[in-house]
Amino acid sequence: MKQTKQNSAAALPIMDAEAIRRALRRIAHEIVERNPQITKVVLAGIPSRGVEIARRIAAFIYEIEKIDIETGVIDVAMHRDDVGRRPELPVVRASKLPLPLEERTVIIVDDVLYTGRTVRAAMDAINSFGRPARIQLAVLVDRGHRELPIRPDYVGKNLPTSGSEKVRVRLEQTDSEPDEVRLEQQ
Amino acid sequence: MNMRWTRKDLLGLRELSADEINFILETADAFKQVGTREIKKVPALRGKTLVNFFVEPSTRTRTSFELAAFRLSADVINISATTSSLTKGETLKDTARNLEALHADILVLRHSSAGAPQFLANRLKASVINAGDGAHEHPTQALLDLYTIRERRGKIAGLHAAIIGDILFSRVARSNIFGLLKLGARVTLVGPSTLVPREFEKLGVEVSHKIDDVLPKADVVNLLRIQHERQRREYFPGIGEYIRLFGLTKERAKLLKPDCLIMHPGPINRGVEIDSDVADGLQSVILDQVTNGLAVRMAVLYLCGGISMQ
Repeated sequence: MKQTKQNSAAALPIMDAEAIRRALRRIAHEIVERNPQITKVVLAGIPSRGVEIARRIAAFIYEIEKIDIETGVIDVAMHRDDVGRRPELPVVRASKLPLPLEERTVIIVDDVLYTGRTVRAAMDAINSFGRPARIQLAVLVDRGHRELPIRPDYVGKNLPTSGSEKVRVRLEQTDSEPDEVRLEQQ
Repeated sequence: MNMRWTRKDLLGLRELSADEINFILETADAFKQVGTREIKKVPALRGKTLVNFFVEPSTRTRTSFELAAFRLSADVINISATTSSLTKGETLKDTARNLEALHADILVLRHSSAGAPQFLANRLKASVINAGDGAHEHPTQALLDLYTIRERRGKIAGLHAAIIGDILFSRVARSNIFGLLKLGARVTLVGPSTLVPREFEKLGVEVSHKIDDVLPKADVVNLLRIQHERQRREYFPGIGEYIRLFGLTKERAKLLKPDCLIMHPGPINRGVEIDSDVADGLQSVILDQVTNGLAVRMAVLYLCGGISMQ
């Protein structure tokens, strides 16, 4: 279990529970607006916080449109290109997507967008299930510093950061802590 | 589960903790799902080299490891006893050093001597996976058996497993005993006293020489192959006698609980340890074992292979 640094002096609060709620609600509106065929949309969360964020966005879409859209889980660990280069072996989990993907729009959902490598792995993982009509990307926080030509379609908050900073996202369901986004010095 | 895998080698289940065994089974869940995709291949071990080094013949285990490696994008070389220099008198250590000089990342070893995988694991940087060593252990077979039980019954703790047949020389039995006990199952070994001596009770299992007493109580029966080709005549009187006393015949199968699983590591001797109708019946999970073997071996290669590269 990662230790929570409650007393970290250099922690800057970025979003509280209400700000997160509003951001995800706005993303839900944008998804509905951008996808006229909303029933063809699948929200595919990257474990573990992406899965929870996808669930919340789906709940907002239900509030707005009274439509239960499909959700899925897309595990990226076995699609990473850096096994052996990381200090820890990533834990693999089963992916779960509604099939076939051919007519569907898959929206990858994650908490923080940084280098873009996780998203690339997620796109590879999705393609191994089939060929979706399109893939979009929704993130709670975009902190910049991309290393690949990837940009998000839906962003909760743009947060300029330096490489020495760390974006900490906490969600009640995945972390047993109150919803919060913080910026910390490493 | 919050656990970190730390072993570069898989030599046996005896040295693994229950948490480690469960972690492998959970990792196998993720890899099993890969087999249902349109593209059944992930890049996890791309660029890595796996050597299948089988000093004893085996088609089924070798093929399963080979396919598991392909699905993880590793490159595979197969070396068998007849094609290796072992027949020319090279020692195991020298063979291993040559494999290392080729920069093999993972070595899957099947060997007739117990302890051969341990010997190489101590000397090589590469991961060593035991694919069966003498009468010692066959850990991936036991892991796929555990996976199959867990998948069908939802748990292992509290179940009563009967392992029937040629226990004395069986590495499959030994690995299964360790794994089942660690995960909280009750284990009864069944067979003639020559093949199932009472000494096994020291491991924490029960021993019975009467199959009809055990079958009605079992949740799982695992039938081991009678290795009749080895002709160990001194251990049992004959095939006919064995079938009469210990074979899982159609009649005998009626003693089983309706939800009891019938397992066999293969290759099966139809009509010897198991009747054809029973092997193909609804309670048989023999082909599930084959499918799950692939997922379990992918998990083991990913975990051990991944660690050895860190």
